[in-house]
Amino acid sequence: MPSLGADMQFGTIVDWRVKPGDTVQRGDVVALVETEKGVIEVEIFESGVIDSLVVQPGQKVPVGATLATLGGDGKKIEPQPAAKPVTPPAAAAPVKEEIAPAKVATVRAAEESARLRVSPLARKRAQELAVDLSTIAGTGADGSIAIADVERAAESAKTPTPAVAPAAKGLDLGAMRRVIAAAMARSKREIPHYYLSTTIDLSKALAWLAAENAKRPVTKRLLYSALLIRAVGVALRSTPELNGFWKNDEFKAGEGIHIGLAISLRQGGLINPAIHDVDKKNLDELMENMLDLVNRARTGHLRSSELSDGTITVTNLGEQGVETVFGVIYPPQVALVGFGKITERPYAANGMVGARPMIDATLAADHRVSDGHRGGRFLLAIDRLLQEPEKL
Amino acid sequence: MTETELRQTIKQALSNVAPEVDVDAIDPAKDLREQIDIDSVDFLNFVIALHKALGIEIPDADVPKLGTLSGCVSYLAAKIEKGQ
Repeated sequence: MPSLGADMQFGTIVDWRVKPGDTVQRGDVVALVETEKGVIEVEIFESGVIDSLVVQPGQKVPVGATLATLGGDGKKIEPQPAAKPVTPPAAAAPVKEEIAPAKVATVRAAEESARLRVSPLARKRAQELAVDLSTIAGTGADGSIAIADVERAAESAKTPTPAVAPAAKGLDLGAMRRVIAAAMARSKREIPHYYLSTTIDLSKALAWLAAENAKRPVTKRLLYSALLIRAVGVALRSTPELNGFWKNDEFKAGEGIHIGLAISLRQGGLINPAIHDVDKKNLDELMENMLDLVNRARTGHLRSSELSDGTITVTNLGEQGVETVFGVIYPPQVALVGFGKITERPYAANGMVGARPMIDATLAADHRVSDGHRGGRFLLAIDRLLQEPEKL
Repeated sequence: MTETELRQTIKQALSNVAPEVDVDAIDPAKDLREQIDIDSVDFLNFVIALHKALGIEIPDADVPKLGTLSGCVSYLAAKIEKGQ
């Protein structure tokens, strides 16, 4: 069971995409796993032939447990002790033990007739909330129904649908909120943050972007966020101590520049999947990746590598009206870059004052790994890169 | 395409980016992005969906005209009428 974030402790196999004897290549999606952050497509990290499936759909196991064994080149990986399914806590107990017979029949009949793909936890939640699964459109991988879908359906049934998006769940509700709370508490408890901020003139970047977009069809248009992400990625080349992980009391530099994007989910909560190798991609590729990632994050089609590989996080709260972001580092990462909203502000240059579009860029970094001098150089590099957008 | 059909196409495009929103309850005069809490990525997807559904090219400079439901209807109806 891969760790899909510092806050993940357990995962439940929803479905296998492979069977014993299947040949798999590194990166193939082999299973669907439900976590507190939704249903995730799990990719295999070695090529070979599936030998056996150790964990069955519906079983909840801890991070690190062996899910399957893989052979193919003469090697056979034996299951580790951790593969034993955990005894689920009350909230995750097997459905059949808790559902009243009549409701079991209803749920099962609905499943069989419509061939619904429902995660075990979602099925249990549906029983608790008396929601008919056959009436729900799943947003998980391949349309599978996740807990969030069930809770939305239950909420819709209780009250007329509001004209605006429902508010995010309260702090005491929702598994996702709890895991975010755990990760952020760990971050603030263990990571000695330091914060730096700079204000960047975006005149040239926005002018370049407007001219570029005027030439492009709508399907190829660029958002300014792509420029910011690209600038961060390139700037990290010269500041590797901000790109990586703090593990076992030492820093391990990232093997690539994989930028996690803090993406708010429409049903509430936050997830930060990564775009891989940002410094090696041009703006068109980055834009395409960004649109794809946001769409999949919001429809529950993320892959395990996207949740586990991020080497730094970028959060842009400018659209929410925030001027300056004071971020909390997502452990085990060691830095987070925040961007606020673009505002016209007085700007003095060559003895003249004018109004220019400005943005506050902030860095929250781990003082165990870097210091303000290096952090400052990093922000300066981002600024310089954004003054020459045509080179990004 | 009638105005009713156009309005329905716009609402469908909005539903695709914000499935939890009751598009029939949207105030046609109010800012869409604020009203249904969509960000720039969602809004770009909305504009792309309109482009694909209607076969209309929407220049970047015109995107602000799509800020409200009424604005969308007016702008797109005019483009359809002109055959653009």
